Amino acid sequence: MAAVSANVAHIMDSVDRQIINGLQGGFPVSEYPFADAAKKLGLEESVLIKRVEKMLGDGTLSRFGPLYNIEKAGGSYSLCAMAVPDAEIEHTAEIINQYPEIAHNYERDHYYNLWFVVATESPEQITSLLADIEEKTGFPIMNLPKQEEFYVGLHFDV
Amino acid sequence: MFDSAPEIATPENYLDYIDRKIILATQQGLPLVPRPYHQLAEELGIKAETIISRIKTMQQNGLIRRIGVVPNHYKLGYKANGMSVWDITDKHIHEVGKEIAALPFVSHCYQRPRYLPHWPYNLFAMLHGHSREEVENHIQKMVELLGERRLTHDVIYSRRILKKTGLRLITEK
Repeated sequence: MAAVSANVAHIMDSVDRQIINGLQGGFPVSEYPFADAAKKLGLEESVLIKRVEKMLGDGTLSRFGPLYNIEKAGGSYSLCAMAVPDAEIEHTAEIINQYPEIAHNYERDHYYNLWFVVATESPEQITSLLADIEEKTGFPIMNLPKQEEFYVGLHFDV
Repeated sequence: MFDSAPEIATPENYLDYIDRKIILATQQGLPLVPRPYHQLAEELGIKAETIISRIKTMQQNGLIRRIGVVPNHYKLGYKANGMSVWDITDKHIHEVGKEIAALPFVSHCYQRPRYLPHWPYNLFAMLHGHSREEVENHIQKMVELLGERRLTHDVIYSRRILKKTGLRLITEK
């Protein structure tokens, strides 16, 4: 357990792998959940906590905790695409990224080259937010709300 | 996971005050201490038993998909992510969606609206691989699987991430 230095994301040992493979779901909701989870993995509670901390610190893990599905609470997501001339991408992305409701924004290799996800607490808020972004950027948005969800999640094995 | 879930977006199941507080406090992560739910209880001024029972309820009704580690797939070597988009014949969209979702390299799979004539695609599947070549192999498998139910498709790779926050589902007012 000495190797708690940063920038070692690429050096995962068997304990790290075990945690990544075994704990992508099912973290207990109990008084001592780390102890309960560690027992299943054959680890010590303190080792599990330190390893998760280390992997969060070096970026191996992007998060540790509950993964929420806001739509079950009345909230709303949508995937949006924009076609923006290359020279205006930076400026346009800056405007879009200012909104806290924008969770992800990717530049992609396509005629529609800006792809972003908006998350709001109600479907109505999406409509007004997108209208606002269109006005500020001057580009129309292709709004692609999901009509049906077939699957979300992927178990990454290492 | 839809079996026992309530209908979404009705005023009755909007979040109450306590759920909101719990979500706000945990959407970026759980405390890394032996008793994380008890620490939350102290921080929020809510009884630990309440926090635990609320979280269990949120798991049951699908508001919490899962609790655990969320790996950064880039760091794990899954450096190629391709957003594959498909024009699937309408009458097959449902069965195709389920078949695609069952493939091991697919993370998200959604039906979305077409925007004709420029955007004929009605099915999105996010594909992950260690290389573009691996992703292209996935695509080839999907083409074979879909046969004539596929009218056309494309795969769109990311050039760079312009913003990526932990998905903040709820913001402070």
